[in-house]
Formats: sequence, C-alpha cells, structure tokens
Amino acid sequence: MEDFLREYLPIVIFLGLAIVLGVVLILAAVVLAVRNPDPEKVSAYECGFNAFDDARMKFDVRFYLVSILFIIFDLEIAFLFPWAVAFGDLSMTGFWSMMIFLAVLTVGFAYEWKKGALDWE
Amino acid sequence: MLSQDLNTILPEIVISLYAMGALLAAVYTVKDKAGPLLVWLTSGLFVAVAFWIGTTGEGATEAFSGMFQDDAFSRFAKVAILLSAAAVLLMSQEYMQKRDLLRFEYPLLIALAVVGMMMMVSAGDLMALYMGLELQSLALYVVASLRRDSVKSTEAGLKYFVLGALSSGLLLYGASLTYGFAGTTTFAGIIEATEDGVSLGLLFGLVFLSAGFAFKVSAAPFHMWTPDVYEGSPTPVTAFFATAPKIAAMALFARVVHDAFGNSISDWQQIVAFLSVVSMFLGAIAAIGQRDIKRLMAYSSIAHMGFALMGLAAGTAFGVQAMLVYLGIYVAMNIGTFAFILSMEKDGMPVTDIHALQMYSKREPLKAVAMLVLLFSLAGVPPMLGFFGKLYVLQAAYGAGLAWLAVAGVIASVIGAFYYLRIVYFMYFGEERDEALDTGSSPVLWAFLVGSAAVMVVGVVNLFGIEPLAEAASLALVN
Repeated sequence: MEDFLREYLPIVIFLGLAIVLGVVLILAAVVLAVRNPDPEKVSAYECGFNAFDDARMKFDVRFYLVSILFIIFDLEIAFLFPWAVAFGDLSMTGFWSMMIFLAVLTVGFAYEWKKGALDWE
Repeated sequence: MLSQDLNTILPEIVISLYAMGALLAAVYTVKDKAGPLLVWLTSGLFVAVAFWIGTTGEGATEAFSGMFQDDAFSRFAKVAILLSAAAVLLMSQEYMQKRDLLRFEYPLLIALAVVGMMMMVSAGDLMALYMGLELQSLALYVVASLRRDSVKSTEAGLKYFVLGALSSGLLLYGASLTYGFAGTTTFAGIIEATEDGVSLGLLFGLVFLSAGFAFKVSAAPFHMWTPDVYEGSPTPVTAFFATAPKIAAMALFARVVHDAFGNSISDWQQIVAFLSVVSMFLGAIAAIGQRDIKRLMAYSSIAHMGFALMGLAAGTAFGVQAMLVYLGIYVAMNIGTFAFILSMEKDGMPVTDIHALQMYSKREPLKAVAMLVLLFSLAGVPPMLGFFGKLYVLQAAYGAGLAWLAVAGVIASVIGAFYYLRIVYFMYFGEERDEALDTGSSPVLWAFLVGSAAVMVVGVVNLFGIEPLAEAASLALVN
C-alpha cells in the first residue's frame, strides 16, 4: 500500500505548489502594492473615448448555442485523434465503436439542423 | 463474447435506438404534431420492455467485463422504473397538450432519461455508474425547464442544473478518491481491496460518494433543490421527478454500498442512518407550513426517502427487500396523488393552493374518497398499503439493532400525518367557498387516481406478490 501511495507523491507536491504560489501572489499585492487611488485611475477604460455602456449587458442566447455546438464538435475531434493515431492496431470492435459514436453524433446534428439551431434569423 | 455482451444490454439498445429514430422521424416530418402519438408509442414501448425484462430475465449475467450487471435486483428496479415512467407519460399528455407544452422532444427526453436510469441500476463500475447518472440528469434538467416562457420553470431548470452539477462534482471527487485508494473502478475490485478494512482515503471516497447520492435521492441535508424544482417544473414533470428517478437513485445507492462497500457495512451504516433520520424529520416538519401542494409533495418525498433509507441503513438483505417494497408502494401512491394534482384546475388554469380544496367532497365525492385513501396511505394509517411499507422498513431497522432509528421513524411519521390529514380536513370539513375548482377530469387521470387508490386498499391482501420478487432481488444484491 505504501508503494502504491508513493505513486501519488508528484500530485501532492504539485497541489502544494499551486496553493502556495496562488496565496503568495494574492498576498503580495496586498503587502507590496503602492495604493494611490484617483478617479481617473479606477474608472473603466475604453480605448479612445469615455465608457458609455455597462459591462453587464445582455447577450443574445444564440451566441451561447453556437459556442455549445462548437464545444461538442471540438471534443469529438479530441476523441477522434487518438483513435486515428492508433488506427492500425485497432480491432474491428474499436472501428465499429467509433462508427456508432459518429452515427449517434450525426443524429444529433441532423436534429439541430432541421430544428433551425444553425440559422441566425 | 461481444455478441453476448450486446445481448445483455439489448433492452437499453432498443430504447436508445427508438429515441434516436423517433427524434429524426419527427423533426423531418410533422414536428410537434407528433407529440401525442410519441407519448403513446413511448409508454407502449416502456410497458413492452418492462414485460420483456420481467418475464425473460433470469440468473445473473455480467457484460463488458463487469461494467454492466444484469441480476434480479436490477431487473426489479428496471421494471418499476419503466412502468412508473409509462404511467406518468400517459397522465401528462392532456395537461401538456392543453398548455401547448407537448413538444415531441418531451417523450423522447423521458425515454433517454429512462435509459440512463436503467444504466444506473445495472452499473457494476464507477464509470458506468457516472455515465448512467449523467444521461438521466441531463435529460431531466431539460424537461424541468420545458415551459420556457415561465420564470419559475426556467429557475427550476437552472437550479436543478447547478445543484446537480455540484452533486456530480462531489460524486466524481469521491469516485476518484475511491479509484486512487482501491486501484480499480469496478465494484468487484473495490470489495476485494476492502477485505481487510477500509483505509482512510477510501473512507473519504465513500463519504463523498454518499453525499452525491444523497443529492440525487433528495435526502436531507442535501435536499434544498427539491421544493423549488418541484414547484417550478410543469406538474407532469414534477410527477415524473417524484417517481422513476427516486427508484433509480435509491437502487444505485444500494448497489454501491452493498456491491462495492459490502465489507464495511458499519462505516456507511452511520451515514445512511443519519441521512434517514434527518430526512424523515425535515420532511415531516417543513411541510407543515406549505400551502402549495407541489411544494408539500416535495417535502413529502423527502420524508419518504428517509423511510426508504431506513431500510438501506439496516445493512441486511431484509433491509434491501424492505427498501424495494417501500419504493414500489411509494411510487404507486405518488402516481395516484399526482393524477389528482394534475386534475386540479379552475377555469382551465392549474391550481396548486391546498385551500382550493375546501369542501371538495361535496362536488366530487368519488375523487375525494380516492384522494382520502391516498393521503391516509401516504401518512401511513393502518388499513392502507402505505402502513405496510412503513412496517416493513421499521421491522428491518429493528431487526438490525437500530431500534432508536425505528422509534425516530414512528415519531416522524406521526408528525408528518398532520399535513396529510389537514388536506382531508379541508376536503370534508372545510368552509364553503365561491372559487371552487372545476369538476370532471379526463378519463386517463380519473383511471389512474381511482386505480391507485384501489391498489392501496386491495393490495393489503398480498401486496400483489411483490414481496417474493423483492426478496429475490435483495438476495441477488446482498450475499
């Protein structure tokens, strides 16, 4: 069991480093930074003109839809790459598993297309 | 070997293929006009698959090197899930159609959620477990916010999604700890690794897994999402939430604690007993102030999950049997109660205020009697079936040396009886009001309400023979 746990030593060191570094960087700003506020310094900055809008504006929900669709196909590619690299060593089971996965994905794609999720208007 | 594996998961494959095929067929042809037809087709398929699993399945088979388990326990849960989902779908058709909510995706999302639940109850591996759980949850998040133009419905969907994601996170954290310390994700491997005691890391994994499951079965103190989601979702969806997913999540909980952590019963017994006692009391006390019947049913379901967990807390085969019988009775009661709630409307608009039921018995004597039987059964009053469910879990807890838990359960059920009986009081002895509910309802809702009430009375003879089935199921899980 001890040897087994020792395999996890790197991740423990990594976690420790991440926590220490994060805390140090946040505290350094509190301890070291020069604080000299001025209305111009703390106001929002927009290039070339005075800010005329609030940063918290409503986004069209279609942006969200497009980004979700992008992520789905992006992940699909991430899944296809290792499969393609190892293609020569794969069994027929491996080949057909991926074909079934792609078929299921195509069903979803055909649905969203026909449903009009890809039309902007 | 592969063809055998595929043969084992054939019921799941059939429903998935149906869902995908129907999705494409509907979107390329008549779209939402296919809604009513798909509701009937989907429930017909559920009943057919339930019949198929119930009659042909025997023995215990593994598929995909133990990732998928087909045994008496999973078959019992699957038949219960499929039948209750079919019943709720049929009940929802008229309500959804009247309010223009019956999109063709609704029955198909329910079908996909049911595939997820079937996967959950058959999981033999932490990864298969998570896959089933997410398939179920993602479909349910969408149906919770089916009424897109209602603030409450979208709020319900969003709350359910955010808290569901949080609980999935807890569950995954527990799963990764378990994997890290046991060195495997299969339940068979985990139980081997715990043969000589559970290490501290595995204990943490077990606790996080339990917290994740407690979220999914809405056991206190992880219940906060339940009332809001129940209130905001369209009523047929609420009825669905209160039935099939509860069976699936409880069955999954039982499978993990027995199949993967069966060597360390004393460790998880404390956790489950704690969840049970807190849920029973919270459900009983917090529902007293509720005027909205959907919120009231949410707290009622929390209390009922507390009782089901009491059976699991016993840690014996009889305890699992009691839990399964309790869940079966709970689902039968809830289907009838929600058939009644779905028929509560005034001038065609749904009503959920319990004060609208004042003197209901004068206008609809038969429906009032049916609801009275169901409420007595929910409260656990002796001649009804609900009492025998409670008796079963109390016996299991007492038999396992948890007498304090059984006593707490009796006290909680007495407190909880108040709010069920208050509705009965309103229906029979309330004050006459002008704003009366509409009379008459669709034949489907009427049939489910009266049928469920009849089951509560007739079932006391032999519980419709589910006892031996539940016993076989529990023996398949606990050995």
